[in-house]
Amino acid sequence: MNLWRDFPALDQAVHGKPLVYLDSAATSQKPRAVIDAISRFYEQDNANVHRGVHALAERATAQLEDARERVRRFINAARADEIVFVRGVTEAVNLVADSFESDRDEIVVTALEHHSNLVPWQRFKVRVAGVDDRGDLRLDELEKLIGPRTRLVAAAHVSNALGTINPVEKIVKLAHDKGVAVLLDGAQAAPHLKVDVQRIGCDFYAFSAHKMYGPMGIGVLYGKAALLDAMRPWQRGGEMVQKVSWESATYQKAPYRFEAGTPDVAAAVGLRAAIEWLSGKDLLEHEQGLLRRGIDVLQTIPGVRLLGAPRERIGILTFTVEGVHPHDVGTVLDQEGIAVRTGHLCAQPLLERFGQTAVVRASLAAYSRPEDLDALGAGLHKVRETFG
Amino acid sequence: MTDLYQQTIVEHAKRPRNFGPLPGANRGAQGVNPLCGDEIELHLRVEGDRVEAATFEGAGCAVCVASASMMTLAVKGSSAADAARLMQRVRDLVAGGDGKNLGEIESLKGVARYPARRKCALLAWRALEAALAGEATQVSTEL
Ligand SMILES: Cc1ncc(COP(=O)(O)O)c(C=O)c1O
Repeated sequence: MNLWRDFPALDQAVHGKPLVYLDSAATSQKPRAVIDAISRFYEQDNANVHRGVHALAERATAQLEDARERVRRFINAARADEIVFVRGVTEAVNLVADSFESDRDEIVVTALEHHSNLVPWQRFKVRVAGVDDRGDLRLDELEKLIGPRTRLVAAAHVSNALGTINPVEKIVKLAHDKGVAVLLDGAQAAPHLKVDVQRIGCDFYAFSAHKMYGPMGIGVLYGKAALLDAMRPWQRGGEMVQKVSWESATYQKAPYRFEAGTPDVAAAVGLRAAIEWLSGKDLLEHEQGLLRRGIDVLQTIPGVRLLGAPRERIGILTFTVEGVHPHDVGTVLDQEGIAVRTGHLCAQPLLERFGQTAVVRASLAAYSRPEDLDALGAGLHKVRETFG
Repeated sequence: MTDLYQQTIVEHAKRPRNFGPLPGANRGAQGVNPLCGDEIELHLRVEGDRVEAATFEGAGCAVCVASASMMTLAVKGSSAADAARLMQRVRDLVAGGDGKNLGEIESLKGVARYPARRKCALLAWRALEAALAGEATQVSTEL
């Protein structure tokens, strides 16, 4: 598979070395098809949506709604009005935290959450189901935490820090058995796994376009229609209303009641193009092969220690280099043209659980190549030389 | 590569000077970098207007630790005004200014080419500033 060529940004030199992009979990690069779709929208169809009768307004509106329908099929939602466009996972979680009503005050999360699926819940009482030393969720702990006070279970589908794939169908079953709804953070799942929200059975599912080859600035909140319609509006203004007087307004049904203001239509068009680019490609096998190679490469380098070893995982390699601070590892690798993430990965409590404050993360995507991992290995030898 | 990780920096990072608690310390401040969770704790013993001794503890990247290590050497025996002047020179240095007469500290010059790392180099100095001012007990790189 030579998908690498589809991504213009990958073909460049950094500090005089060919770019090796291993930071796709932060954001993926974008294929030409996505970049072109966005340009085409601005070159040909740009107009505001849902408010004009002219040709361009109709084309723009149709494109936004086509994108919604394409997203519906991508995650196999039952209805297109269950697809709310948001800015990304962060916004989706905040929306649900603000608008999902219940008189219960506890949120159950897993220890694998990104800060964006933790901090918005901290106005409630957060209870955390732990992980074992491999970085696998302790399902039994999760089960015990769900009780009569549980407002919602909020869990990552896939961990951005360790790559762990959570057993989401089991999580949903445990919660539903106790009458509790489930929100899944699919930021790291949507780019890699086949997501079927009806099979998973979750009540809410959120993901960001920019991590799955689409543009920044748009993401999706899926919610079951009955739940969305029962939720209070979130931001208020144009687009989301039916009838407005000086004193009051009546609101549209979902998804529009949650989409106040002009949406990023070009980004929706880009997201649709990204889904089309992804569809029909079986990336999992390719990425799993690279993951195994990556683990092999890292295990041969003295002083490199991998964090966690989840049984089911995506292509995320998180590690430390003995005696060298992650920032220094990152800077030396950068000088070799290799882009990795360093720091706390927006998962501070999880890293603490593993006795770290900062780590290095190399993450893989559709366009990753075996030679990228070999370059990482060579780069890490350089790190050891510099600080030897 | 060598332009950032100068031998001097690597050496100070591996064997920081004045590392540890300071008996009789009467001033101090903590410097934190929320981006990576690095934290250093600076201890000073100030008598009259003079920094009699300075030590630090904690963990950080090579740039941060080396800078802290060199700082504790440089400020020993200087007045608050001398320390403030030195601090300003270091700020200028990592922003691309010249490092004449700064001795070992000049090895931080390379940081100017790595904007993301400037705050690492300045963390200890910002803690010094806070400790000498005697007010804030915690400073952050994110200000
Ligand atoms: C697992 C996970 N959840 C949530 C987020 C937040 O996504 P966004 O910044 O697009 O809102 C990220 C990425 O940063 C992530 O990896």
